[in-house]
Amino acid sequence: MSEDVKLANVSMDFGKFRAVENVDITIKAGEFFSFLGPSGCGKTTILRMISGFIDPTEGDVLIGGKSMRGIRANQRPTVLIFQNLALFPLMPVWQNISFGLSVRGVDKATQRAKAEELLRLVDLHDAADKAISQLSGGQKQRVAIARALAVEPKVMLLDEPLSALDLKLRQHMRAELRAIQKRTNVTFIYITHDQGEALAMSDRVGVMSNGVLQQVGTPQDIYNHPANAFVASFVGENNVFAGKVVSAESGFGQFETEFGRFKARLGPGVNLGSTTAKLYVRPERSTLNPAQPGGNEVPVEVMSLTFEGNFINVLTRDDRGYLHMVQVQNDPGGKSVAPGSKMRMSFQPTDGVVLGEALQRKSA
Amino acid sequence: MNNRALPRLLIKVYVGVFLFYMLAPLIVMGGAALNDSRFPSVFPWVGFTSRWFVDLWNDDRMLHAARNTVLIALAVVAISIPIGTAAAILINGLQGRSRSFLYGVMVAPILTPGAVIGISTLLFWNRFDVPAGLHLSTLGQCSFISAYVMLLVLARLQTFDPALEEAALDLGATSPQVMRRIMIPHLYPAIGAGALIAFFQSVENFNITLFTKGNSDTLTVYVGSKVRSGITPTINALALILIVFTVVGAVTYEILRRRADARERALAEQKDADDSIMSVDPIMARPASATVGSS
Amino acid sequence: MREIFRRYGTTLSAFIVALPAFWLLALVVLPYMILFEYSLRPYLPFDQLGGPSDVYSLNNYWTFFTSSIHVKIFFLTVFFSSVVTAICLVLSYPLAFFIAKVAKPHNVPTLFAILLIPLWVSEILRSFAWFIVLSYHGPLNAILEGIGIFSGPVRWITGFNGVMIGLVYTYVLFMLFPIYNAIQALDSHQIEAAEDLGAPAWKIHWRIVIPHSKPGIASGCVMVFMLSAGSIIVPSLLASPGSRWFTEVVQQWMFESQDWNTGSAYAFLLLVLCTSFVTLMMRLLNVRLVDIAK
Repeated sequence: MSEDVKLANVSMDFGKFRAVENVDITIKAGEFFSFLGPSGCGKTTILRMISGFIDPTEGDVLIGGKSMRGIRANQRPTVLIFQNLALFPLMPVWQNISFGLSVRGVDKATQRAKAEELLRLVDLHDAADKAISQLSGGQKQRVAIARALAVEPKVMLLDEPLSALDLKLRQHMRAELRAIQKRTNVTFIYITHDQGEALAMSDRVGVMSNGVLQQVGTPQDIYNHPANAFVASFVGENNVFAGKVVSAESGFGQFETEFGRFKARLGPGVNLGSTTAKLYVRPERSTLNPAQPGGNEVPVEVMSLTFEGNFINVLTRDDRGYLHMVQVQNDPGGKSVAPGSKMRMSFQPTDGVVLGEALQRKSA
Repeated sequence: MNNRALPRLLIKVYVGVFLFYMLAPLIVMGGAALNDSRFPSVFPWVGFTSRWFVDLWNDDRMLHAARNTVLIALAVVAISIPIGTAAAILINGLQGRSRSFLYGVMVAPILTPGAVIGISTLLFWNRFDVPAGLHLSTLGQCSFISAYVMLLVLARLQTFDPALEEAALDLGATSPQVMRRIMIPHLYPAIGAGALIAFFQSVENFNITLFTKGNSDTLTVYVGSKVRSGITPTINALALILIVFTVVGAVTYEILRRRADARERALAEQKDADDSIMSVDPIMARPASATVGSS
Repeated sequence: MREIFRRYGTTLSAFIVALPAFWLLALVVLPYMILFEYSLRPYLPFDQLGGPSDVYSLNNYWTFFTSSIHVKIFFLTVFFSSVVTAICLVLSYPLAFFIAKVAKPHNVPTLFAILLIPLWVSEILRSFAWFIVLSYHGPLNAILEGIGIFSGPVRWITGFNGVMIGLVYTYVLFMLFPIYNAIQALDSHQIEAAEDLGAPAWKIHWRIVIPHSKPGIASGCVMVFMLSAGSIIVPSLLASPGSRWFTEVVQQWMFESQDWNTGSAYAFLLLVLCTSFVTLMMRLLNVRLVDIAK
C-alpha cells in the first residue's frame, strides 16, 4: 500500500541560509514525481526532510496524512536510494538486500528467499552470493533498488541515482525504474538536474530554483506551458525576445519589441506594462521561409547549421545581433539552407509566451 | 639520457647499501647464535652448535620473563583496543578547536619519552597505594599504545562513507545495530592492525617497563640486564628466533598480497564485461516475473 | 558532543566518552601533573610525609642547575641527539623519496617488508646487534683488518661514537616512515611538470618535494630526537667511559638513590626538553600538531 506525501509549507534554514522556502505540495500515492532543478536548488534538502535525516525549520512533512515530526529516519515508511548507492561493501548481495529485514528480526531463511525473489524482479539472477565489489555500475543500481523494495516502503526516494552511469546505461535504467514503479505502485519521489530524465519518467514534475518551487505539473505542462522564465529556460531550448507588454486580452497580448509588435500568449502573472517579462519561443516551433500566415516574423541571417541526426539546428542572427535557433526536421530530399542567406524566422502567437521572472526567496 | 641514468643508478646503489646496513647487523647477530664461541661473534668461526638454544630453553628466568611479557602484551591489547577505538569515534565526531585540542592531548604520549611516562605512572598510582608490577607496566604502556590504536582506527574511520550509516538507519536499523553491523566491521582491518601493533609495541617496550615493573621480570629488561652483565650467545639465540619469526611473517604477507593483487585485476576485467553486456540487453521485452508484497 | 549522543544513542555514547576520558585523565594528564607535583617536594622518609618539612619548593631543580656535571651531561645529550636526528634525516630522505616516487609500485610492499624486519625485532636487539658488530673482536674489525684497511683492531666505541652509531641504527626507521608518507602524498605530476619546465633535480627537491614533506620531516625529527634523548638501553649498552647519557642520571636518582622527588624533577626536565623540541620543529617548519601519522 503506497501513500501520499504532503509537504505543508515546509522551509529549511541552515543557519542564516534558507535552502528551501515555503514548499507546499501533495505528492499522490503511487505517483512517480520528480523534483527538477540545478544544483543547490534545494531538491536534496527536500528529500532528506522527507526521509527524516533533517527536520524542517518550518512546516511539516506528512506521510499518509500522519505528521512525521519527531519521527526519526529509521522509523519512517520511506527508503532513500543514495546518489552513490551506499551498498554495504562487506556484505554479499543477498545480505545487502535483506538488511532491512534482518534488523527487523526476520530469520535467515526467509531473508534469503526474499532476496532471491527481489533479484528476479530486478532481473539480476545468480547474483545473490556475489560481493558488491564484483558488480558493475548497472548491477549495483539494481541491488540498491532491490534493497529498498525489500522493506516494502510506502515511499521510495531517489537521489539522482543515474548520474554516475554512462549514457546508454542511463537511458536503459530510466525505462527500468519506470517499469518497476509501475509494477510495484510505490510512490516514487525522484530528484534530478537532468530535464530529459524528469520528463521521460515522471507522472508529474516540480521545478525548483533557489529553494522555491517554481511550477508543478505534468511533463507536457512543464514543457508546453512553462509558468515563468526559469522553467522555460531550464527545460528545453528557447528563443528569447525582450520587450514590453502593451495590450492584454483573454490570455493573449501584444508584445512590443525592437522588431515590431508580436502577438503572443501571456503567461501567469504577467501584467500590462511589464518590462521585465520576456517572450519565449521554442526552436522547434519556429520556422524559416516561407513565413507562417498570421504569424510573427523576424528577419534573420543564417549563421551556421548543426546536424544533430534527426533534426538540424539552424543558428540565425537578427539585425540587432541577437542569436536565434530554429530547429528543422532532417529532410534528406528537401532543400538545404545555406549559411549567409537571408530568411525570415516566424512563429505562431500560440507558440510564443510572455513569461515573468522566477519566483524568488523572500529572505536572503 | 645519460643525465637521468646516473642519478638513478646512484640512488639504487644507495638503496641497496641502506638495506644491507639495516640487515647485516641482524645477520651477524643471528649468526652468532650458531657459533660455538662463548663471546657472541661470527669471527672467528669455531663451529656450528645449537647449545645456545638449549641454554635458552633451560633459562627459567628467561622463560618466566617471557611469560610475563606476553601477559602484559595481551592485557595491553585488551585495554588499548577499546580505548583507542572509542577515542577515534569520539574525535571523529568533533570539530574545530575542541577536536584539535583533544587530538593534541591524545597524541602527546607518543611524543613523550618512555622514561617520563614510566616514572609518572609509577608516582601516580603510588598515590593510590598501587605498587609497581606487571599491572602497572600494563597501564603505563596503554598510555601511549592507545594513541597508536586511535590513529590507526581514526585513519580507517575517515574512509567510512557516512552514507552507509544513513542507509542502514533509513532501512530501519537502530543506532547500536548500525554501529555493530556497519561501522565496526568497517573498522576491523584497523582494529586488527592495531592489535598487532599494540602487541609488538608492548613486547618490545623497555623504558616504561623498566620503571613500572617493580620486582617482576619482563623479557626486554631481563635481556637488557643480561647483556650488560654476563654475555653469552643465548641472547643471540633469542634474537635469531625473533628474526626468523619476523622474516617468515614478512614472506607470508608478501605471498598473500601478491595473490590478492592478481585476483583484483581479474575482477576489474570481469566487471567491464558485465556492464557492456547489460546496456545492450533490451530488458523491457522481458515480462514482469514477480511482484513485490502488496501494491 | 551532542551530535555524538544523537548519532549513537545514550549507552553507546557514554562508552565513547568514558573510555577515552579514563585514558586521558588516569593514564596521561594526571600522572604528568603528579610528576610535576612530586618534583616540587623534598625527598623525605615515610613518616615525615605531609609534615612540616613537606613544602613545595624548586630545590630539586636547583640540584640540577648547580651540578655542573649534570648540566654538562644534559647538554651533551641534547647535542648528540640533535646530531643523530640530523644524520637520520640525511640518510632517510633519499630512501624515502626513492620508495615513494622512483621505485615501481609493485616493489614497494616488498621493500617495506624488508625494512620492517629490523623494526619488529625490537629496539633492544637492534642495539645489541651493533654492540656485537662494533666490539673489539667483532666482525667489523675482522673485515677491515682482513681487507687491509687497518693493521690492527680499532676501538670503535669511544666517546659518544658508539652511542651515536647505535642511536642512528635503532631509530632511523622512525624518520624514514613519516617522510615516506609525506612524499607519497605529493602528486607525481608536480615533479614531472617541474622536470618538463627544465628544473634541475636539486631544485625540484628544494622547491617542491621538501616543502611538501615538511610535516613528515617534522614528525620524523621529533620522534628520533625524543627517542634518542630519552633512550636508556642504547647509551648504556654502547657506553664508553665518559659517555654518560641524561637518562642514566635519571635512573640513578630513581633506583640507586631511591630519591623519587629529584628523579621526577629530572624526568620533568626531560619532558620539557622534548616538548620544547616539538614546539621548535613546529615553528621552524611551520607545521601543526596534526603531522603525526604512522
